[in-house]
Amino acid sequence: MDSHAHAAAAHHEIEIPYTVHSRPDTGLYNAKLGIWLFLASEVMLFGALFSALILIRTSAPTWPKAEDILNVWLAMVNTFVLIFSSVSVVLAWANLRLGNLKWGKIWLWVTLLCGLGFMVIKAVEYTEKFSHAYYPKTNNFFATYYTMTGLHGLHVLGGMIVFLYLILTADKWWGTKRAQFTNRVEVTGLYWHFVDLVWIFLFPTLYLL
Amino acid sequence: MPKRQLRVGTQWLYVDEAEKILKGALRIREEEQRQLQLTGHVQSWWRRYVFSTDHKWIGIQYAVTALCFLMAGFGMMLLMRFQLAWPGRSFHPWIAQFLGAANAPGGIMLPEFYNQLGAMHGTVMVFLAIVPLAVGAFGNYVVPLQIGAPDMAFPKLNMMSYWLYLPGGLIMLSSFFIAGGAANSGWTSYPPLSVIATRGQDIWLLGMVLLITSSLLGAVNFIVTIIQLRAKGLTWMRLPFFVWAQLVTSFLLLLAFPPLEAAAVMQLSDRLFETSFFMPSGLVISGTPLERDGGGNPLLWQHLFWFLAHPEVYVLILPGLGIIAEVIANNTRKPLWGYRSLVYSVVFLGFMSFVVWAHHMFMTGMGTAISAFFQTTTMIISIPSVIILSALLITLWGGSIRLNTPMMFALAFLPMFAIGGLTGLPLGLAASDIHLHDTYYVIGHFHYVVAPGTIFAMFAGIYYWFPKVTGRQMSERLGKMHFWGSLIFINGVFFPMFLQGLAGVSRRLYDGGAQYAHAKPVLHWNLFMSVSAFLLLAAQLPFIVNFFKSILWGEKVGANPWEATTLEWAATTSPPLGHGNFATVPVVYRGPYEYNFPGHDLDYYPQNLPDPEQPVTPAPPAGGGLPQSAVAQKES
Repeated sequence: MDSHAHAAAAHHEIEIPYTVHSRPDTGLYNAKLGIWLFLASEVMLFGALFSALILIRTSAPTWPKAEDILNVWLAMVNTFVLIFSSVSVVLAWANLRLGNLKWGKIWLWVTLLCGLGFMVIKAVEYTEKFSHAYYPKTNNFFATYYTMTGLHGLHVLGGMIVFLYLILTADKWWGTKRAQFTNRVEVTGLYWHFVDLVWIFLFPTLYLL
Repeated sequence: MPKRQLRVGTQWLYVDEAEKILKGALRIREEEQRQLQLTGHVQSWWRRYVFSTDHKWIGIQYAVTALCFLMAGFGMMLLMRFQLAWPGRSFHPWIAQFLGAANAPGGIMLPEFYNQLGAMHGTVMVFLAIVPLAVGAFGNYVVPLQIGAPDMAFPKLNMMSYWLYLPGGLIMLSSFFIAGGAANSGWTSYPPLSVIATRGQDIWLLGMVLLITSSLLGAVNFIVTIIQLRAKGLTWMRLPFFVWAQLVTSFLLLLAFPPLEAAAVMQLSDRLFETSFFMPSGLVISGTPLERDGGGNPLLWQHLFWFLAHPEVYVLILPGLGIIAEVIANNTRKPLWGYRSLVYSVVFLGFMSFVVWAHHMFMTGMGTAISAFFQTTTMIISIPSVIILSALLITLWGGSIRLNTPMMFALAFLPMFAIGGLTGLPLGLAASDIHLHDTYYVIGHFHYVVAPGTIFAMFAGIYYWFPKVTGRQMSERLGKMHFWGSLIFINGVFFPMFLQGLAGVSRRLYDGGAQYAHAKPVLHWNLFMSVSAFLLLAAQLPFIVNFFKSILWGEKVGANPWEATTLEWAATTSPPLGHGNFATVPVVYRGPYEYNFPGHDLDYYPQNLPDPEQPVTPAPPAGGGLPQSAVAQKES
């Protein structure tokens, strides 16, 4: 039945090799290599911002003490929220690999809600800063803070949209292209770990140092 | 004798006219039948020709769009050259009307408009014309065919790349029509000037973000395609050199562009949210102190910009080198000399291109230690370039050279690119750069690399792969006319720039240097260069005519008119859109350039031809026959 559905689908899409299964000599399927390359470019993106921060900060005569202005405790809660969501997305993938769609979906929901929780806490932090009239233009400390956390927040939002899409289309994909769906969760998970990792660098750099 | 007429419905048509219409309809029907057989269904017109996911059609989309942008960028340069040749002279009323009173009141170009043209010529040529042509067009069309793949690894992403590129380009050009005009801070957009510039700079940054995203998606797609979708037997050292060049290019795009994206975000923030990433403290503009917190660093932008823009120079040249290698191997009828050295050189070149960027910044006062470092890496990076050029040159030795149009362009590329490369050395040494920086010498050097370098390579590629794309050959006579005109006049445009630059004429002067005493002895070259530029435009007419004429009426050719060895020539003539580039999945048995293979009866030995003693798998049909086995291939 699976191969029949497969052949039917082939009428509408080009059959690209190694979309689902790994190429023997590289040990990767296409999307997995693709996401690793994409993450390499993301490293360069955030790397450039971190370099910019270092350059601006080392050449600044004074630099505000971050813990006096920023809410370290909220950010720490956020750190653990994201770390937990990295665990939950792995659990989602593991369950799907074991053929358990129900728990796979539950863990995807948990991941999505963690992302949402992160964004809500971030919004609380931003509102608090705005209420003290701390804007990007206030000084370069806030300029880098807003730019880096803002760009990171956009990445969280992007991940959440993908998770929502995966949850909503899970049943449809589960019937016809189970392996491919599981792969999609895996590569989204890789991206999500990266977003988590960026925050783990951002948190000490912006809030503690 | 009166022409015979024929009644169709209620209409009378001449017979030849009716025949033409009928033939057109039949061709569409045939194409649809072919597609139906291959994919099982016929796509809608929109999915086939507008939002296509087929790498070949996307390649054609990129090619046509990029050629239009190339023409637009050329047009901007012609306007500038008119002003440089005859400063303050008014344009022809038609052109004046086209430019509008805001840019050229009374037909005389305003200095502000000259600055816009300068900034946009660079941006359009680099980001909208050459890179999309070299990577988007040639890469998309040729790479999957050369590696024996049915398509790119991510066809939808491929479509998205194009549909980010086109709006990005149009948005950028649209900035000419807003108040204050287009971006006018040079293609390098150095702050603080760019931060306080007119609204056009915002549009420029927005356009760049779209273009960068497009390039990133494309780069991921190319790398995955080349690594994952190589045909059976196509090992790394059997890859055509063009594929290697595209692979390295994609890595450069992937890793060099994001820092510029970060920089673009910061500059946008400086402009829109009044931050001070690139704005130093105590800045005074036209006598008024700037109300900013300050503390930013204008050099930061330069570092981030050139971290992209130097690898970008290699993005401009590497695909060109790839094309030249293909054309030269094919037309000397012998294997490339030193294939492995070429491959290692191109990889090393790609790696080194990330550590030379600050040679664009010797004059910024960043310190002698840093200058010494970047001077050294710059000298090192010239070594692999020279190896590549030498290997291509030595390939010519003892070859039975066919002097067709693609080969003429390839042969001209070698000395032109050599001039461009060698004149770069004095710029890479801090001491001589003090004299030469920001003069026309820089413009001459860079344009020799990109114009008679890369653009000639692009022309070679167009003439070379045209029969594969259309099934028809371009006219040799018009091709040779195009070639000789281009070669002569392009040197007329760019060579005098070295003379002006050595005399110290700055690259950004609205009047071409008329106000400077030191420019007097070389000022007369301005007219010479401008006339050469207009004649260069005239020299492109045979190409444009040839291009369209050959699509319609060019001589029909088979699948492998150049008797080449690489896999793209094993695909059918003008491979059908949608699915299945090859009649059978190709298997590769040998290296890419086995011309004059000992013991083989023909002078070329295609990569996919099995060795005679091995069990024979049926070779794909030579002509454009309907590939029956493609259906079986899809369902397996």
